[in-house]
Amino acid sequence: MHMLEIRDLHVEAGGREILKGVNLTIDEGETVTLFGPNGSGKSTLMAAIMGYAYCKVTKGSIFYEGVDITNMPVDERAKMGIGMMMQRPPNVVGVKLGDLLQTISRNNGDVLKHAGDFKMNNHLDRDLNVGFSGGEIKRSEVLQLTAQNPKLVLLDEPESGVDLESIELIGDKIHDLLYNTELCEMGRAKANRCVSALVITHTGQILDYIGADKGYIINDGRIRCSGRPTDLLKEIREKGYKECISCRMVKLP
Amino acid sequence: MQNGEASIKKALDKKAEYGPDIDLSRYSMIREQKIIENLEEAPEDVKKRMESVGITSSKETERDGSIMFIDNRISHCSNKAPDGVEIMSLKKAMAKYDWLKDLSWKLVSPDKDKYTARTYEEDADGTFVWVKAGYHVKHPIQACMMLGTDKGMQTLHNIFVIDEGAHAEMISGCATGSHADDGVHIGVSEIYIREGAYFSYSMIHNWGPKTSVRPRTGIQMDRDSKMINNYVILNPVATVQSAPTAWLNGEGASCQFNTICLAHPGADIDSGGTVILNAPRTGAEIVSRSITKGGKMMARGHLIGNSPGVKAHLECKSIVLEDGGQTLAVPKLDTFYADVDMTHEAAVGKISQDQIEYLMSRGLSEDEAVGMIIRGFLVGGIKGLPQELTDEINAAIEQSDLGH
Repeated sequence: MHMLEIRDLHVEAGGREILKGVNLTIDEGETVTLFGPNGSGKSTLMAAIMGYAYCKVTKGSIFYEGVDITNMPVDERAKMGIGMMMQRPPNVVGVKLGDLLQTISRNNGDVLKHAGDFKMNNHLDRDLNVGFSGGEIKRSEVLQLTAQNPKLVLLDEPESGVDLESIELIGDKIHDLLYNTELCEMGRAKANRCVSALVITHTGQILDYIGADKGYIINDGRIRCSGRPTDLLKEIREKGYKECISCRMVKLP
Repeated sequence: MQNGEASIKKALDKKAEYGPDIDLSRYSMIREQKIIENLEEAPEDVKKRMESVGITSSKETERDGSIMFIDNRISHCSNKAPDGVEIMSLKKAMAKYDWLKDLSWKLVSPDKDKYTARTYEEDADGTFVWVKAGYHVKHPIQACMMLGTDKGMQTLHNIFVIDEGAHAEMISGCATGSHADDGVHIGVSEIYIREGAYFSYSMIHNWGPKTSVRPRTGIQMDRDSKMINNYVILNPVATVQSAPTAWLNGEGASCQFNTICLAHPGADIDSGGTVILNAPRTGAEIVSRSITKGGKMMARGHLIGNSPGVKAHLECKSIVLEDGGQTLAVPKLDTFYADVDMTHEAAVGKISQDQIEYLMSRGLSEDEAVGMIIRGFLVGGIKGLPQELTDEINAAIEQSDLGH
């Protein structure tokens, strides 16, 4: 059984078909990267996995741990273990980061103590994302995910808008999140890992911290090729997406 | 400003400018009520209603003074800061201080409408608070106004004087008793804030679903004085129409009106304020946050820049949770001078789906997410809300079943 299996997924957003038949699998403890030009459908795919209402699934299905979650509300998906780091989360005036963390962790006070490790201890009394810098938003997102403790982590450009100093901290904290073995059932861990991840990255910088097992290139709403993430990245850097998309390096599963 | 007796008599039938008209003949004046010497010994049902509007009977929450009116009769008065504060019934104060007659009915006109005229004709009693020059009140003063009798009418006339350089915080809790759903509360308040004084005044309401409320408030502010006025209605009510007016007469005076409302089905709330900035360097902010859950919510705000060099901002934001009610924001800016900085901002609509889903993606249920956003919307972004008031608001939101 795959941790996540997406079959022939078609998604409409803003009155346009964005995903046009996506097939993709992620296994337990596996990190999968998603490459693709702007507007190719990467973020829409992630939002569809999380279940955001603006993504309307018109065809196909999403299975998580063998359960069809295609029509499941966002909060139920989160409770099953899916967690997402949004690229640009909304400002929520009046909701304090600390209060949200308490609610996420169901009043487990420990999470607030960790805020210092994320350099977010001075932000607990601040309104969520309001006036946060790029790095602060990412650190706040990873801190929230840590409180949430997900089994499948969706990361939408975790390194964008982050300065070099912050990226190390964010990379380390995401690493901790993905290599958390607490959630592993006995005998099921694959190389001591059972948390899976889907990562969107343009630069590949984040892969220095977390590594990746498999990469996909998406363009115009379809997966065009798959391969080793480092190879794909090299290919994209040298020849751009066009070349890569036409070459179809690896036959799709 | 006082008008002839004839015009006041005539005003007894004069409909108010705003809000549905109330047939006052349906209600009777209750003039006798029990005296509660010690608030801790108040009947349990009275205590419970008091506490729902921030009026405490317990010794643990510190209050420097307490006064309570049930219907039209003073029921309790105590003062823990007699050195710096006078607190007593207005009638007693008028007999004691001759100068008070120069402050009475000067900021609110008796012939404004039938509610003020009736209060004048009844020679209504009410609360007198005088915080003496330079005195800083340590703990809030509390005033409770309770409608104790079904089909009863309460008319109160309050005068507060915050003297030069004094600092005071006051909580005014308005509620119906447990056996009085249908009633009318009329409260005329005249507030004088002298040079350099600071006054934080919070009104919390918990009326019955058939209660009508008509406060009439005038505020005069002298040089460099500061006022924060918080008006909170989160429980069901029939109609409220409130439009205090502040005259900022002294240079550097500033005031902030905050209104936090929840319009339940059947409620008709018309709440606003007018600030007249009469001197240079005066500043005003009128902020309204409301939620409509099938009721009618009207948020008015009127800023008048009557002098160069003033700064004022008006902000009405409203979330509509359900169809069937009405939400109307009426911001007005008015000036005759070029050198003013006056702005307004209004927004009406639903809670953003992005915010709800963002919180849901962290495992919060939709109800939890909506509740959290609404709490934040109502109290976040409002400056100068006392923590106790924020706690009251949170408790009221918890009880109001807003996640649906």
